[in-house]
Amino acid sequence: MNTEIALFLIQDGLTNGAIYALLALALVLVFAVTRVIFIPQGEFVAYGALTLASLQLGKLPGTAWLLLGAGLAVAAVELVQALRVRALRRIPAIILKFIIVPVFLVGLVWWAAPQKPALTLQIVLALALIVPLGPMVYRLAYQPLANASVLVLLIVSVALHFAMTGLGLVFFGAEGSRTPPFSDAQWKLGVLTISGQSLWVVGASLALIAALLLFFEHTIYGKALRATAINRVGARLVGVSPAMAGKLSFTLAALIGALSGILIAPITTIYYDSGFLVGLKGFVGAIVGGLLSYPLAAAGAVLVGMLEAYASFWASAYKEVIVFTLIIPVLVWRSLTTHHIEEDEE
Amino acid sequence: MNLLLDVRDLCVAYGKVEAVHRVGLQVEQGRIVTVIGPNGAGKTTLLAALMGMLPARGSVNYAGEEIMRVEAERRVSRGLCLVPERRELFAAMTVEDNLTLGAFHRYRKRDKTVGEDFERVYQLFPRLQERRRQMAGTLSGGERQMLALGRALMSRPRLLMLDEPSLGLAPLIVRDIFRVIAGLRDKGVSILLVEQNARAALQVADYGYVLETGEIVVEGPSAELASNPRVIESYLGFVSVNAA
Amino acid sequence: MNRTRLVLGVFLAFILTAPLVLPEFHVTLLNYIGLYSIVALGLVLLTGVGGLTSFGQAAFVGMGAYATAYLSTVHGWSPWVTLLIGLALTFAVSLFLGFITLRLSGHYLPLGTIAWGISLYFLFGNMTFLGGYTGISSLPPINFFGLTLDSGREFNYLIWAFALLALLSMNNLLDSRSGRAIRALKGGGLMAESFGVDTARMKIIIFVHAALLASLSGWLYAHLLRFVNPTPFSINSGIEYLFMAVVGGAASVWGAVVGAGILTILKQWLQNILPKLLGQSGNFEMIVFGVLLVLLLQRAREGIMPLAVRFFPAPKKLLAPVSQVLQRRIRPAAGEALLDVIGARKAFGGLVAVNDLSFTMRSGEILGLIGPNGAGKSTVFNLITGVLPASGGEVHFRGERIDRLSARAIIPRGLARTFQQVHLLPTMSVLENVAIGAHLRGRKGVVSAALRLERAEEATLLAEAAQQLERVGLGASMHEQAGSLALGQQRILEIARALCADPVLLLLDEPAAGLRYQEKRALAELLRGLKAEGMSILLVEHDMEFVMQLVDRLVVMDFGEKLAEGLPREIQTNPAVLEAYLGSVN
Repeated sequence: MNTEIALFLIQDGLTNGAIYALLALALVLVFAVTRVIFIPQGEFVAYGALTLASLQLGKLPGTAWLLLGAGLAVAAVELVQALRVRALRRIPAIILKFIIVPVFLVGLVWWAAPQKPALTLQIVLALALIVPLGPMVYRLAYQPLANASVLVLLIVSVALHFAMTGLGLVFFGAEGSRTPPFSDAQWKLGVLTISGQSLWVVGASLALIAALLLFFEHTIYGKALRATAINRVGARLVGVSPAMAGKLSFTLAALIGALSGILIAPITTIYYDSGFLVGLKGFVGAIVGGLLSYPLAAAGAVLVGMLEAYASFWASAYKEVIVFTLIIPVLVWRSLTTHHIEEDEE
Repeated sequence: MNLLLDVRDLCVAYGKVEAVHRVGLQVEQGRIVTVIGPNGAGKTTLLAALMGMLPARGSVNYAGEEIMRVEAERRVSRGLCLVPERRELFAAMTVEDNLTLGAFHRYRKRDKTVGEDFERVYQLFPRLQERRRQMAGTLSGGERQMLALGRALMSRPRLLMLDEPSLGLAPLIVRDIFRVIAGLRDKGVSILLVEQNARAALQVADYGYVLETGEIVVEGPSAELASNPRVIESYLGFVSVNAA
Repeated sequence: MNRTRLVLGVFLAFILTAPLVLPEFHVTLLNYIGLYSIVALGLVLLTGVGGLTSFGQAAFVGMGAYATAYLSTVHGWSPWVTLLIGLALTFAVSLFLGFITLRLSGHYLPLGTIAWGISLYFLFGNMTFLGGYTGISSLPPINFFGLTLDSGREFNYLIWAFALLALLSMNNLLDSRSGRAIRALKGGGLMAESFGVDTARMKIIIFVHAALLASLSGWLYAHLLRFVNPTPFSINSGIEYLFMAVVGGAASVWGAVVGAGILTILKQWLQNILPKLLGQSGNFEMIVFGVLLVLLLQRAREGIMPLAVRFFPAPKKLLAPVSQVLQRRIRPAAGEALLDVIGARKAFGGLVAVNDLSFTMRSGEILGLIGPNGAGKSTVFNLITGVLPASGGEVHFRGERIDRLSARAIIPRGLARTFQQVHLLPTMSVLENVAIGAHLRGRKGVVSAALRLERAEEATLLAEAAQQLERVGLGASMHEQAGSLALGQQRILEIARALCADPVLLLLDEPAAGLRYQEKRALAELLRGLKAEGMSILLVEHDMEFVMQLVDRLVVMDFGEKLAEGLPREIQTNPAVLEAYLGSVN
């Protein structure tokens, strides 16, 4: 291997690693706030990428129907709940949030998509369809189980991953898609060629991480999420409901997932089921950080990206094997450094 | 008489075990009412149920409205606030962030007056101002109780419920805390105080209830309760009245 | 009389006749249900009973299948030999994986198995000697005492013979000393550890057991189809296996068969209709499976077996006659020094919960440890029972230093405890709950339990449990579910369980908390009776009335330190104690 290849692999590893880092952060966030191990994160990646791809073809993406359906389901659940506690005042807001807004969004996309607007607008439209699914998924699948064990929540996550992958197949078919890059620019830097797309990915990831940091440090909602992660009872006592914190963290996770999908779509071909493996690589990174530490999770994710880049050069057939086997030395290390047997929470 | 809280027939059960049985109690506007009783009598359970943190049966009328079906978080924004026995602070956040979160529902409503309340809390507890950049987890026991009270005050409570504010604190600090509690009443905050430290509680309160194995056994103006032999008995077993 | 036997009989008759009469297609379905049941059974043990999860069981199925496929085709070895090799390989791998993940908190095992499942799938697909993604074909058929099983109909008997054996041995296992220890895992490790169960070892055992069942299923699968490729061992299959176990539920080992049956038939049906409905082909049954499972976990988390089990009340367990009784340990003479706490100290960060506490306890006395809320009583209790390590000072028991020992190492020395929050297994019978206390007085393990070679020992353990139940006056409730008892009885059950460990010293953590007046009286009566029999009792309690009438001596704590020590009479008039309890007059 010469320097040129080595540098190219580093660039490749960093680009993928940046995306895995974003996903790892979202996973740590969701786990800290809700105790949910968010396996379906990967489906948001695939939905983001494939929704954008549909929009670029001028078509109405299938995820629009999912948004309508999920909205209706949430509205139904919320209405039953409101009737049960006799809070009739909530009904107009429920209808607005879960029926009228989704219908409006879908209408907007239906009108705008055939006109093939600029890429930025397409991205905004794609996000408008996918991000609301995050809190809706939380409301439908997880909120009724808020007191369940991590194990039960994990099984729900896997079930949801199954359902969402299947729906992805319905909406987008078995064919993969690759979107055109945001930028065709190339810069020569000595022996290294830097692609504009890589810069976009790394830059956007860093910007998003910085934005998250600001959000957590300086906004009341960011602080509320941190508070919920630290002490759930304390958070309830100051009026932060776990449901609100859950929906907010799922909104962020959906945003991060969909954006990651949009960023990665020009680099690799995304199929309806590609998200799973992408998301899990974020997971391997997050596990390096013990699912607790944000910086360690991000660092772990970049390591995964690097390992993947070099593995695909040396033994491309065994790329996935190598990446996923990384978890074993990590677990060995963690089990040797953890000295106590944790109490089960049930 | 202006009733702020009117509880009737409140029952709380953990599975098949009933921890609170048909409790009725009232808190008038601007009064301190105390619930005393030996450990394990169900005092903490009672407060948790009033806050909406535990499912319960019966009726809880607060400020003229039945709030039994209202979630805990919504009770907070209506001015009901609990300082729990375990304080439940956000250990890995700064003192200031803890206070900020106390006003969470007011920030949500874009209340512009939150800033003033920081000043008020810092005036009440100057130690908190000194330590405002420190993590809550590094505070001493007394400071933690101050922060828990301060965080509660940031929500501008109408009814403040305190669970064992003297727990684990040195006598000097207990005196300070009780002075603050009395001061709050004078500013119009109604207080429901649960205490094991019966003497201190009865000294500061206007009215008191004695809870024993989940049921109210005696109630009355606190001066009367302080001299009631039944109270001492329920604390110390077979101690003769003369001994106390 | 017995509905259970009737249903079992019908099922057996069905398995015996079905391959003879059903059409080929249905026999194939039945074959698959049998294969999946074996895997799901392992998960019922792991997830349903033990509270652990694996999404990677398909990879273990693959190990069993590939081991025999490679060795029997390339090297021509007999499938019976390759079965053993596959099992040995699975044993080694699962032992390693279990060892590295089970010491960590619960979610690392499932995450690890997802990663490992994916990794093994790609490994199968990329190894040229395993045939890559095309796989290995023309496996030899299985030869059974000269009979060649080369049709699905014949193979059906082999599959179901293994499945029924696995079910039977699992049933045996769960109904044994080891089985009780396994079932105690889900109730949190603390109680099990306190009675000497090595919970980490138990977790590894059930993980390995589940993996071996998966591997067996893989071997059967490979020789049924006589062809293997990586597809059926993907992570998605691993997830489906878990779904089967969850759908069936853990209330009975038959949950595995029910879950496997429902999902297999449902999948078949959905694969027929969904592509027609949607006008395209693909694995759309995933959507239905996913949604159904979420709903199931929201509405009936225990799966569907508990609904079925209701119709089959478990027969009352008859106590078998016992040929020997358990040996008792030699008791110290009354008045001999028993427990010595010397300058014990415990700090949590900056907070000192127990500060330089010393006291001595003599054999045959009831000592009360009291103090206001937050005084540090429970911390002292946890230091003595090995739940928390002390930050300083020493604890000696009968002359031996015990403050560095774990909870598991304390119990065999003759200290047995109860819990402030009752720790029992609500769906297990009172008798079995109490028998957990005698865990260390038996020694037969998992294998002898599965093969029913431990019945004599089991009978003595249960007889001991029954005897202790009689001793505390709960003999009449022996066969009820522990969860159906009132709190007072549950606390007495905990005392019986502690007595089962043949202790010299009983440690009771707030036994009167939450009890009604009558229950307290019964409890006091019982403790007095035990004392009369020579038992020493350390009582942490805050119900003063209860304590005062019961104990010989009292140690009063406040702010982590010893405030007073003496006879109840002295304590009741001690001004410092009065102030600590009622607050100061200022």
